[in-house]
Amino acid sequence: MSQAAAGLRLHGFHGGLAMAGQRQVSLEVPLAAADVPERIYVPIGQHQGRPGDLLVAPGERVLGGQALTSSEDDFEVPAHAPCSGKIVGLCERPASHPPGSLRRCIEIIPDGLDEWAPPTPLDDWATRPPGEIIDHLRSMGLVGLGGAMFPTAAKLRGPWAAIHTLILNGAECEPWISCDETLMRTRSEAVIRGGRILAAAVAAERVIIAVEEDMAGIAAGLEKALAARDSGVEIHIAEVPPVYPQGGERQLIETLTGLQVPSDGLPQDIGLLVHNVATAAAAFDAVEIGRPLTERIVTVTGPGIQRPCNLRAAVGTPIAHLVTAAGGYREGVQRLILGGPMSGTALPSDEVVLTKGSHCVLALTERELAPKPEPMPCINCGECVAVCPASLMPQLLFRALAADRHEHARDLSLLECIECGCCAEVCPSHIPLVDFYRHGKARLRVKDLDHRRAALAKRRYEAREERLAQEQAEREARRRARAERLQKAEAARDEIQAAIERARAKKRAGD
Amino acid sequence: MVVAISVLTALVMFLGAGLLWAGKRLRPDETSLTEQINALLPQTQCAQCGFPGCRPYAQAIADGQADINQCPPGGDEGVQALAGLLGVEPKPLDTSHGEHKPPIVALIDEDRCIGCTLCIQACPVDAIIGAPRLMHTVIEAECTGCELCLPPCPVDCIDLVDRPQAYVPPKPASAAIPIRVRAA
Repeated sequence: MSQAAAGLRLHGFHGGLAMAGQRQVSLEVPLAAADVPERIYVPIGQHQGRPGDLLVAPGERVLGGQALTSSEDDFEVPAHAPCSGKIVGLCERPASHPPGSLRRCIEIIPDGLDEWAPPTPLDDWATRPPGEIIDHLRSMGLVGLGGAMFPTAAKLRGPWAAIHTLILNGAECEPWISCDETLMRTRSEAVIRGGRILAAAVAAERVIIAVEEDMAGIAAGLEKALAARDSGVEIHIAEVPPVYPQGGERQLIETLTGLQVPSDGLPQDIGLLVHNVATAAAAFDAVEIGRPLTERIVTVTGPGIQRPCNLRAAVGTPIAHLVTAAGGYREGVQRLILGGPMSGTALPSDEVVLTKGSHCVLALTERELAPKPEPMPCINCGECVAVCPASLMPQLLFRALAADRHEHARDLSLLECIECGCCAEVCPSHIPLVDFYRHGKARLRVKDLDHRRAALAKRRYEAREERLAQEQAEREARRRARAERLQKAEAARDEIQAAIERARAKKRAGD
Repeated sequence: MVVAISVLTALVMFLGAGLLWAGKRLRPDETSLTEQINALLPQTQCAQCGFPGCRPYAQAIADGQADINQCPPGGDEGVQALAGLLGVEPKPLDTSHGEHKPPIVALIDEDRCIGCTLCIQACPVDAIIGAPRLMHTVIEAECTGCELCLPPCPVDCIDLVDRPQAYVPPKPASAAIPIRVRAA
């Protein structure tokens, strides 16, 4: 174990599963760049926030790295052109989730010249205030590359107290996925320097890079890159045990620090921040090289792929093109999954395009998809409780949700579930537990939204009632004042006289 | 004997006065009950219940002047919640006030709108914006789908469309416990 890691005592998290890793399958071939497809479809609303305003028009020629959409705030992340070419216009492409939905994309026909806009690095970033670094990362389109695509700037800038530790998450715990390992093997320097940039953006004192124990040679490679540079912040490299779901944010924090993130809070609340290693490398590209985020490393693997490998591919490349780059499908391919086998989503078609958060394309054949036995009743064996990494009681949640008792499930912390799938994996009755939790969580979300909507309607209704009452009162007061004035004979005569005068004057002016 | 009677009379008078005072001072909080009922109503403000809004209906329920099953947007689920709060038996929705429908929002066909402002005045939550002789539009996030803007529109340019709903994955089928019926 390395010297830096020696000072770091590892803890652990509850539950989890040791998985047979099929990571090696895609690591036999070195990282290659997928060639540019005939058409690229860059998604414009590719994260949780709103899409920005369009900056380009159909027919326009764009350069690689040119911004396609604008960004008003931290939740509006701009999209950039991944190569030079001609804008065709907006189109709708199938999205990975929810099933059957469409996602709005900008269609680009690459011209093959691959001309790039001049790079815009942030010079002397180390001496600049954190706000400027964060603004720069936002303008370069950075989002979390671990899968959730949360806007990086929104994660760095917030109302929390000081952040002391930045954790770079290199623990891919799912079987098959190896894109982060490939990244750390090929760009260890970029990961470390990107980590320093992200640490500077939140003024963190130390950085911990977490890699898995079974990633041979990765920790040593990072150590070497670390030794080669005199780094400003304290950087540790920690090798964590390969237990699924080690790469989960809360699980990794517990392993590295022994602290638990409060259920209604964020890691930032306890002075921690977790970013994926690929996000760190992208931060290096954005700040030191001046290149926006337009490509990522994606693992194309599975028994249904001819030549499983890791590819550097442009955001907006159709999945079908990536599969072709990996040698095409094998006989008997049945299902395409975006993400890992445990928590990924099945794709409706290979027309879906690569987003910034897509880390793995997995093609499975009939053999892996053998029909699961019919679910049997829950026997309360407690296997699921033993493996739950969120320390929940899956069997009680299942019972509440099977009976449609959603509020009861909320009381049992259903919303804490990270949908890792460990419970369903070990269930001897083969109950599709995660499907129940996904259904229940979605129902609770809809319910909460309805409540918020009702509260808004109530507020607006009451405001309107108040306004109408006030208008009524004002009208009443005016009417009373007039009646009072007219009751005094003297004043009434004057007023009538004045009105007659006004009418005459008007008539004269008209003539 | 006399002492006993007078002691008892005094006691009864004293307790009676105490109860009378308590009854006046510690009256059940009508407004808070109305608020609790109102919190369970969907706030559509559609007036289908026969009252001019959710709060007036809540008031009527609290006063015992209205039944708990007159709110079509709340549906059977809403009736059950009200029954739970008030401690009465739930009953099926009274469909004479309307059917329970999936959530909708109003949409103004902007080509046909003549800018008469009648719908703006009818909207109970001020979710329509516009000015005289200028096109009107519905703020989708604030529309409750109450349908009150439909009758006043002179050119019939308002349509009701389904409100976009978040995707809810289907609930998997639970395992049925196999029951074997023995032959008699």
